[in-house]
Amino acid sequence: MSGPEQPTSTPKLRASGKKDSWFFAFICWLATWSSVVVLIVLLGAVTYQAVGWLDWQFLTSFDSRRPEKAGILSGILGTLWLIGLTSLFSVPIGIGAAIYLEEYAPDTFLTRIIRTNLANLAGVPSIVYGILGLTAFVRMFGLFGQEGYLSRALGVSIEGFFWSDHYNGYLIPLPFGRVVMAGAMTLTLLILPVIIIASQEALRAVPPSIRHASLALGATRWQTIWFQVLPASIPGIMTGVILSISRAIGETAPLVMLGAMTFVYFAPGDVDSLGYLAEHPEGLVKAPFDTFTAIPIQIFNWVRQAKAEFKNVAAAGIVVLLFILLLLNAVAVYLRYRSSRHLHW
Amino acid sequence: MPLLSIRRRQVPVSLRTKHNQFRLQERCIEIVLFLCAALSIATTLSIIFVLITEAVYTIGPAKAFFEEVNPMDFFFGTRWAPNFKPQSFGVLPLFTGTFLVAGIAALVGLPIGILTAVYLSEYASPRLRGVIKPFLEILAGIPTVIYGYFALEFITPLFLKPIFSGLMGFDVDGYNALSAGIVVGIMIIPMVSSLSEDALRAVPRSLREAGYALGSTKYEVCVKIVLPAAFSGIVAAVLLAISRAIGETMAVTIAAGQSPNLTLSPFHSVQTMTAYIVNVSLGDTPAGSIEYKSLYAVGLTLFCITLLMNVLSQAVMRRFREVYN
Repeated sequence: MSGPEQPTSTPKLRASGKKDSWFFAFICWLATWSSVVVLIVLLGAVTYQAVGWLDWQFLTSFDSRRPEKAGILSGILGTLWLIGLTSLFSVPIGIGAAIYLEEYAPDTFLTRIIRTNLANLAGVPSIVYGILGLTAFVRMFGLFGQEGYLSRALGVSIEGFFWSDHYNGYLIPLPFGRVVMAGAMTLTLLILPVIIIASQEALRAVPPSIRHASLALGATRWQTIWFQVLPASIPGIMTGVILSISRAIGETAPLVMLGAMTFVYFAPGDVDSLGYLAEHPEGLVKAPFDTFTAIPIQIFNWVRQAKAEFKNVAAAGIVVLLFILLLLNAVAVYLRYRSSRHLHW
Repeated sequence: MPLLSIRRRQVPVSLRTKHNQFRLQERCIEIVLFLCAALSIATTLSIIFVLITEAVYTIGPAKAFFEEVNPMDFFFGTRWAPNFKPQSFGVLPLFTGTFLVAGIAALVGLPIGILTAVYLSEYASPRLRGVIKPFLEILAGIPTVIYGYFALEFITPLFLKPIFSGLMGFDVDGYNALSAGIVVGIMIIPMVSSLSEDALRAVPRSLREAGYALGSTKYEVCVKIVLPAAFSGIVAAVLLAISRAIGETMAVTIAAGQSPNLTLSPFHSVQTMTAYIVNVSLGDTPAGSIEYKSLYAVGLTLFCITLLMNVLSQAVMRRFREVYN
């Protein structure tokens, strides 16, 4: 506060200040609870629409053009494959990158660029990742295939690896095409910045004294990280990982870009039971390289349908998706609660 | 070391050998971890590479978008018609659509988000915060496709049509910018409130106490001391939120429709940049065609706008950190 202030000791001014105070507090209170109300209305409205449509038949059948026969099974299986692969890639890479940045990185120009870049990447719209995935993973820059640059330059066209008679095609096609693997790699790039930033925070919360003690006892840098720092920060890291994974589960735009087929009547690689996998073990390789759909994609598809009944089918799909997400959120909250209770430095 | 054989254990290993082994192992681990971190740089570079090669300059015989369409026509053209003859690629209708939706979202989301932050940081008891925060986190975690459904199936028919069409006589489309803007606004509330709350909490207690000591009421402390002190942090949050609103895709695609109108009316269907990108990828556009390449040109524009806002937000944020830490 600079400059001469007006004298504010007149009783009239004081009184009006008190009144504003009450009104402002009320407005803030209203704003805060309005989002809670919106959330409850949203959940309630969607659940109301889904009543009568969300049943066992819906959960166990594939998609259909007839609303009463439509189900979400192919979406659930697709999401399982997609998220399984995404976690497999993103968790080790994300934690590794966070460890490097927190424990190893010297303060050089390069590492400073990496840090700034991470914050920027976290703000890139997901649709842009979709464009990247479409070009780099689905089309592979047009390098492969009969019309590809490699074939035109060298005269040899590479179309894939591991021919399978059962599927009458390559297990790993090149370019990937619109397959689970392309989706998983895109989602990995999408959630990596979030996982890295969350893991960095968890690592930073481990007090340096723990590291010093371990190093003083003769442990190497990696032994210190592996046996002391990581176990102490795992709850924090897991919370961040689960929240990022749940973001990936609901992510729709990049998958639509990749051309995740909206109308799919089968499981990826036809792997719909363990019995099938026992008969055709190559299905385990084929499934990640098969076309797919996912729960949010199916919801989007149903929303776009003209028939009014599909709105209810979409609502049923939304309830399934929300159930999965709330479950994951609850696990994350529980982990955070437990870690805050058990760890006192 | 379980990997050492029994025979090996009998022979004493010199400390130097052991040291060298450890050093090699440590070095390898460090390199692997560095590669993990470097992947983020590679991601950024490939995003830029992909967008530039299809939109601005292509090596080889293929032509990039801006080599076929004059950039002036692109940025200042008022007609976006990739599917009609004659084709026209004037991006202004997509711009107005995008900024109309983002503007409505800002009008809805920013005040609510900032006031929520003030309430949580200045007024609410710790217990109440513990109740409200999880709700906000759930709100932040709801997939955007669900917000789109909510806008299309509930907000437009149950709120907008009765109020604006029934009571005021406006012509409200089934797809409209207003419903999309409202849900995007709801979507950015958690982000604005949590970032602004961090900024408000970073204001030192001594400033507040000094205000009270001078006889200020709680309102005066909030509005005249705490909010100005946290101003740059809040500005950073606002910039991030608007950038998020501009890049928001699914809710806007579902609720705002797919008609690239050059309009500022919130009751009509518009097409945003993101919705156009989705629309192209839904259709069967062959790679190499001009429509396909227009996707990259729009993507590049979107990327630049959001990047600019993010960088700006970080710059503001850095200034803010310097003040109190």
